Amino acid sequence: MTPALLEVEHLSKRFPLRRTAFDALRGHPRPILQAVNDVSLSVARGEALGIVGESGCGKSTLARCLVRLHDPDSGTIRYDGADVLALAGAARRAFNRRVQMVFQDPYGSLNPRMTIHDALAEALRVHAVVPPAAIPARVAELLALVHLPPDAATRRPHAFSGGQRQRIGIARALAVEPAIIVADEPVSALDVSVQAQIVNLFLELQERLGLTLLFITHDLRLVRHVTHRVAVMYLGRIVEIGPTPALFAAPRHPYTQALLAAAPRLVAPSLVAPSLVGGRRRREAATRGELPGGAAIPAGCAFHPRCPVAVERCRRELPSLTPRGTPWPVACHLAGDPA
Amino acid sequence: MTPLLPMTPLLEVRDLAITFAPAARVVDGVDFRIMPGEVLGLVGESGSGKSVTLRALLRLLHGARVEGHVLWKGRDVLAMPDAELRAMRGRGMAAVFQEPTAALNPVLPIGLQIDESLAAHTDLSGAARRRRAIELLGEVGIADAARRLGAYPHELSGGQRQRAMIAIALAAGPELLLADEPTTALDVTIQDQILALLLRLVADRHMGLLLVTHDLGVVAETCDRMVVLYAGRVAEAGSVADLLRQPRHAYTDALLRSMPGEGEARTRLSPIPGMAPKLGRPLDACAFVPRCSYASPECSAHRPPMVAVEPRRLSACIAWNRLPARVAA
Repeated sequence: MTPALLEVEHLSKRFPLRRTAFDALRGHPRPILQAVNDVSLSVARGEALGIVGESGCGKSTLARCLVRLHDPDSGTIRYDGADVLALAGAARRAFNRRVQMVFQDPYGSLNPRMTIHDALAEALRVHAVVPPAAIPARVAELLALVHLPPDAATRRPHAFSGGQRQRIGIARALAVEPAIIVADEPVSALDVSVQAQIVNLFLELQERLGLTLLFITHDLRLVRHVTHRVAVMYLGRIVEIGPTPALFAAPRHPYTQALLAAAPRLVAPSLVAPSLVGGRRRREAATRGELPGGAAIPAGCAFHPRCPVAVERCRRELPSLTPRGTPWPVACHLAGDPA
Repeated sequence: MTPLLPMTPLLEVRDLAITFAPAARVVDGVDFRIMPGEVLGLVGESGSGKSVTLRALLRLLHGARVEGHVLWKGRDVLAMPDAELRAMRGRGMAAVFQEPTAALNPVLPIGLQIDESLAAHTDLSGAARRRRAIELLGEVGIADAARRLGAYPHELSGGQRQRAMIAIALAAGPELLLADEPTTALDVTIQDQILALLLRLVADRHMGLLLVTHDLGVVAETCDRMVVLYAGRVAEAGSVADLLRQPRHAYTDALLRSMPGEGEARTRLSPIPGMAPKLGRPLDACAFVPRCSYASPECSAHRPPMVAVEPRRLSACIAWNRLPARVAA
């Protein structure tokens, strides 16, 4: 196995929530939102790692910790062997160049008053990627890289469609020549027919530039298509992490199983004859109950209140993420059982 | 268990056209019908006119010119006197929307909001309405219903708010439920629960359901028939099983092929080139021509008519018989 380019160990991030004046007077402690809880993972050079989970599972907070938009409360992040959280000054800026983020809403992350040329040139100048005289040529290269016409440089963000704006967001991330792209729901705001263009762009860039990709999404179909390995998160923790095709074919954690069962499949209903009722394929819902908030994480295994197979032990004891006779690590007490 | 075909549809939409001033034709000749107990999916990407169509059915669109016919059991909703319209809304057709937060009144407990609907549409006494509200909350799967009557929308989770929204819509005992992206704002496990709930209600109450969505997976799992919209027009319509196996419009074909899951992982997807057309004056051509790989000169010469290409299959595509089947039948 190739050595890890990015390595995260025991990363945790908490956010204190507001409490009411009444609670403060009564001496209640401030509620804490445990967004990311003891997450460890590593990404190899050139790999595409998916992080999936529902809202509030901590996937975006994790992403933001990795690019240091949040400072984690504990844990370590190593990039190419160096302790990222200890970096300062020039070394930190150098790290910032290596790891770039692409956001869901490129419109929100582009300055509406700057032309695309100015937005890209700013990144090139700040990080002194190329000499000033070479900036226009580099901007043209970047636009070509993301398949935008050269005249896009003179226009402002409002002149572009959603898919084109996401290309601009990607071009800006690429401007500083990163090794890793952290993409947080990069196509969720786009129509299906446009999503494919951006997915293709990520795949192409990985091949051409050898980029490492962290692909964060709630969309299981996308993760299945784009990533080599996938980490499934539930309430701040990774519950299962393994090679994408094998994990999707035979998920070991009950939450992953429920998530995959709940995701609508695009198969003509008549091909799924056994459960066919009146032309529709519908069975009982795959889960019961709702996701608790990150401020009220259940004890033991956080999934146990919704888990169809939970036993007494699951209520008391937190399962660690470890191989349990399974081909990849699973955080479930029952994962290894033949039952 | 295919239900016997009833004679009259609950709702029949004929040649619906919606124009926002001055010349933005957002819906341009849409036809479909829904039978009792049937689940119909109205599918399209953003700007296809699906949500606007749903609002027009209830006459909830303001500032738009709505033409054509919306026949509720044979009566034209667009020409209905106000009193009849009020009686039809709720008891005939009721709607739930994508954002329950926006549709619920934030300063009223949900019990009171259900009660408002019951008071408006039923003759029940106060005590009977309270009992009915508890039954309704139970029916939509809100646990501990009697206590939850006093809950305010902000005290409920997104999934529970959507359940409460559905309870309010059910209060009037509608024969047809219109649902506009009812699960788009929800997580996938909660979406799954709400879709299962909607289908159970359809079966229990023999209610019709019009499901407006952009998600073909949701349609595949829940609907009997589907209508595919593109640029304000019906591209094609038919049973979900037939349509997903053998698209009969080049747009549906391209849309299905653009989605991941078909081919091997990490292979290139096949995006639809270009963008949906800008809204404007109705085109005298197929609106998909600029993005279509099957387009011929005939497609630009005039607007392709909607043709019954097979029994219960309609398509407005000249290339309908040149499209490949998707899965071996």
